[in-house]
Amino acid sequence: MPTPLEAASLTTDTSTALAQTASTDRSFARGLMPASMPVQFLDDLGHRVQVFNDDYPEPSSQQLVAAYRAMVIGRRFDIQATALAKQGRLAVYPPSRGQEACQIGSMLALSPDDWAFPTYRDSMALVTRGLDPVEILAVPHGTAHCGYDPRASRTAPQCTPLATQLVHAVGFASGEKRKGRPTVAMAFVGDGGTSEGDFHEALNFAAVFKAPVVFLVQNNKYAISVPISRQSVAPSLGYKGIGYGIASEQVDGNDAMAVLAVLNKAVAHARSGQGPVLVEAHTYRLDAHTNADDATRYRDSAEVEDWLRRDPIPRLEAWLRHKGLIDDAFVALVAHQGEAFAADVRERMAINLAVDPMSLFDNVFATPTPQLLEQRAMLEAELEAEEASR
Amino acid sequence: MTTAARAEDICASPPPQLVTMSGAINRALRDAMTADPDVVVFGEDVGTLGGVFRVTDGISRDFGQDRCFDTPLAEAGIVGFAVGMAMAGFRPVIEMQFDAFAYPAFEQIASHVAKMRNRTAGRINLPIVIRIPFAGGIGGVEHHCDSSEAYYAHTPGLKVVTPATVEDSYSLLREAINDPDPVVFMEPKRLYWSKGSIESVLAATKFASFGRAAVRREGTDVTLVAYGPSVEVALQAALAAEESGWSVEVVDLRTLVPLDDETMVASVRKTGRCVVVQEAQGFAGVGAEIAARVQERAFHSLHAPVLRVAGLDIPYPPPKLEHLHLPDVERVLDAIARLQWDDDTDTRFLPSDSKGGAT
Ligand SMILES: Cc1ncc(C[n+]2csc(CCOP(=O)(O)OP(=O)(O)O)c2C)c(N)n1
Ligand SMILES: [Mg+2]
Repeated sequence: MPTPLEAASLTTDTSTALAQTASTDRSFARGLMPASMPVQFLDDLGHRVQVFNDDYPEPSSQQLVAAYRAMVIGRRFDIQATALAKQGRLAVYPPSRGQEACQIGSMLALSPDDWAFPTYRDSMALVTRGLDPVEILAVPHGTAHCGYDPRASRTAPQCTPLATQLVHAVGFASGEKRKGRPTVAMAFVGDGGTSEGDFHEALNFAAVFKAPVVFLVQNNKYAISVPISRQSVAPSLGYKGIGYGIASEQVDGNDAMAVLAVLNKAVAHARSGQGPVLVEAHTYRLDAHTNADDATRYRDSAEVEDWLRRDPIPRLEAWLRHKGLIDDAFVALVAHQGEAFAADVRERMAINLAVDPMSLFDNVFATPTPQLLEQRAMLEAELEAEEASR
Repeated sequence: MTTAARAEDICASPPPQLVTMSGAINRALRDAMTADPDVVVFGEDVGTLGGVFRVTDGISRDFGQDRCFDTPLAEAGIVGFAVGMAMAGFRPVIEMQFDAFAYPAFEQIASHVAKMRNRTAGRINLPIVIRIPFAGGIGGVEHHCDSSEAYYAHTPGLKVVTPATVEDSYSLLREAINDPDPVVFMEPKRLYWSKGSIESVLAATKFASFGRAAVRREGTDVTLVAYGPSVEVALQAALAAEESGWSVEVVDLRTLVPLDDETMVASVRKTGRCVVVQEAQGFAGVGAEIAARVQERAFHSLHAPVLRVAGLDIPYPPPKLEHLHLPDVERVLDAIARLQWDDDTDTRFLPSDSKGGAT
């Protein structure tokens, strides 16, 4: 039985092996236009359907099985982090339960050399990428602004100022292209974030510079309390790409098969030099915005119940079982791996690592200013005096 | 009415009802909206949710979606929209959800909100209030704890207000909404849950006027000048300093623009010593302006240089380290102790080879 960390890297390994094989670099059949309904492969019950998916090759069985495993582990991680926040072990946690198909699909569609530009909500995606969950949780734990090494993990710091990182993704992808490297950047944004000016500037820059970027809009229907109807009256956020000359699509964001199929193609399209792609994934934030939020103030439980019926995990599980790709034993094994993963997070988060006070002055600049050195000496003297008076 | 009856009345009257600062601001918004149909409130999550700090709780329900509403999520849009609304005759009171999330709106604020009156030779004024929960001390993660007041105070054309008490939060906000010019109203978020009474200001016919500092505590030996979240720190330090035999006066500036030179200078003339306390990073901050003005105006009364106690010159740190960044009572007391009480020279800034005995 793999240990939790092996389980995590397993999912990443599988993703990297499969990213290229399942995709195609043909351009999009509808040109810039998204489908008039979200692309779907599996209905709510996991039955195979044909909804505007003819343009997308079905993901391989291996990729689908890997996605199932990653969704189960990802959700278990997310539930664990939510619990840690409720216990006060984390200052705050923005959960992504319900958005597993997007969180996992986005990462399984990437190659290891590609870069991700995630938001605060995409922790599950980073777990899928193989980042250490404890390093991911350093921000909400209050010990660092970014707990992981962005270069080593090829993952930009999780971004809070909405949509601002999208422009970075475009610049980065353009830079990689100029350097002759085949890197694709996966840029994450929420439905609310599409209202920010930076979202529009990023789309336009990406299109003008033909940057290899895939913009993934996780439309989870809310920006904190504000429903999507207050954000935009466009038929789909997917349509926002057309005006900028960007190939655009909308997909059922709770259908892992559809998300993978569309993103596999989008990544291949970007990598082949045909320019950026915008994908709107229709999904739902099952939990409150964060543990500090009270969602009952702005939405009723019937709506949440309705979305629970479209849960991405049982949906893919039903299909995989139907195809004989997974069985009870596999489902039990993956559930066990999820538990082990969560237990590992729990144990390691229980340890209070000391944060070096002097690190406050590190990395403000490469070389600290004279004023910073003065303040450093002041704090050092304060701490020494405190120590001496004990 | 006889004097006796009156005393009885006072004894029988219930203790003043306490409200939180967020409650007081909520009340100020409601009273302003009731008084003037042109007052409108908008921003992110201020409608149904009532704001992430519940400052606008129930306003949308009670005044209708036309008067208090959620906008698309775009700060530059919110401020620019407010500029247009104000040009059409409204008095927008808008919310930036957190300090650092106002930065996308900086162009609108610095280039338009601040300058419209000047650019149009006074033909267009913008009675806009931009409410910004600011500063730290609540264990918030990055971008949620910035002290951004200096950016605004440095921009001519903006009034900048920072209430430190529940009563002021009501009174100054009413005054801000009445003001013909744009006001950046900075709410110290760690004080949202602090409690006080607003009964006396509700009964008053005039609100706190801008440019009038308040002496929160009288003293004779040293003046602490503070504003917003730092006033409480200064008051605590004043109390602690009493034990060391220092009588400390605390001046709460209340409005950074316009600034009340008179009150702070009068205080320093009386005490002869001054320490400025601000939570914001010290470099090029509001405290520097205060220190400069005090020494320009009260030089001959000063027994020691004006000192500053401020946040470190670093990006706001992660929650586990914020207590080391924030100015606290100890640092204020240290600064007071350095004010040349024994007539010895303060050697701190002398080159090390000229410090007696220093190696
Ligand atoms: C520039 C900016 N403004 C406001 C905020 C505060 N804020 C944090 S999350 C959020 C809602 C974002 O909604 P959405 O883009 O749909 O993403 P979701 O949280 O649903 O994943 C807001 C308003 C912010 N982080 N950045
Ligand atoms: Mg959303």
